[in-house]
Amino acid sequence: MTEKDYLSDITEIKTIMNRSSRFISLSGLSGILAGVYALIGAFLANLLLSNHQNSYSEVSKLPISYLEYLLLGIAVLVLILSVITAFILSRRKAKKNQEKIWDQTSKRLLINFLIPLISGGFFCIVLYQNNLIGLIAPSTLIFYGLACLNASKYTIGDIRYLGLSTIVIGLISTQFIGYGLYFWAFGFGVLHIIYGVIMYQKYDKT
Amino acid sequence: MKNILEHINKAFENRTRLGIMAALLVNDSIDFNTLKEVLNVTDGNLASHIKALVKLEYILVMKQFIGNKPNTNYSVTKLGRLEFQKHINALEKLIKPQ
Repeated sequence: MTEKDYLSDITEIKTIMNRSSRFISLSGLSGILAGVYALIGAFLANLLLSNHQNSYSEVSKLPISYLEYLLLGIAVLVLILSVITAFILSRRKAKKNQEKIWDQTSKRLLINFLIPLISGGFFCIVLYQNNLIGLIAPSTLIFYGLACLNASKYTIGDIRYLGLSTIVIGLISTQFIGYGLYFWAFGFGVLHIIYGVIMYQKYDKT
Repeated sequence: MKNILEHINKAFENRTRLGIMAALLVNDSIDFNTLKEVLNVTDGNLASHIKALVKLEYILVMKQFIGNKPNTNYSVTKLGRLEFQKHINALEKLIKPQ
């Protein structure tokens, strides 16, 4: 065995350690797109809300519950689009990395991401139940941040910092209730785009 | 130089064995099929190297049933972790002499 062999041994060991414990194919591009969807969603929601306050427009004639459904619809659509995009782009990247999209590492990543997220979802339903509407936007941000933080142990990249920043934004927004939509747009929109760009620069561009 | 070579463990002078140890070191336990996929080796190859490492008591075998299917899990022992660490340190010293 020569020195070169030993060196390639060490490289191989590192690759295997990463590949067997972390899902490495999370797409950066999908982060950017998720951010863009969130910004478009927030823009539409803002449009709806301002039109609702304007008594001359058609929207103002809609009953308030209908408006709530529309807003919820936008949020759900943004979520579904983001998940589908992340799945498709990550599958493509996984193929390139010769990694399976559905193996132990991606399962572990998903489970640990979903535990804080689903707890947060239930918590938000409880907030709604108790008519604490103003706290819902901050809570979604905080729980999403916790989900990212938890998931960061099972993948590579800077998702940990995305999580931390989202938590901070969420906590700040608790002090500015009524501006939830703007914080929401910043947290889910702008932060995702920044994260996506950094990830894309670091890992996707090859 | 001779001193360093003492710590190069003959048991690890093989890609598959290095791979098995590396994968087990960062996971609590891994089953046979996952290990096979991660390392990209054949059943027979993997089985024989696992056998050797088990014999040295570097790794531990846990057999169980999931439903009706047998499922074999492997994890690294304390001794295995220690020996592997020594081996890696020796490799690094070989590559980067002071």
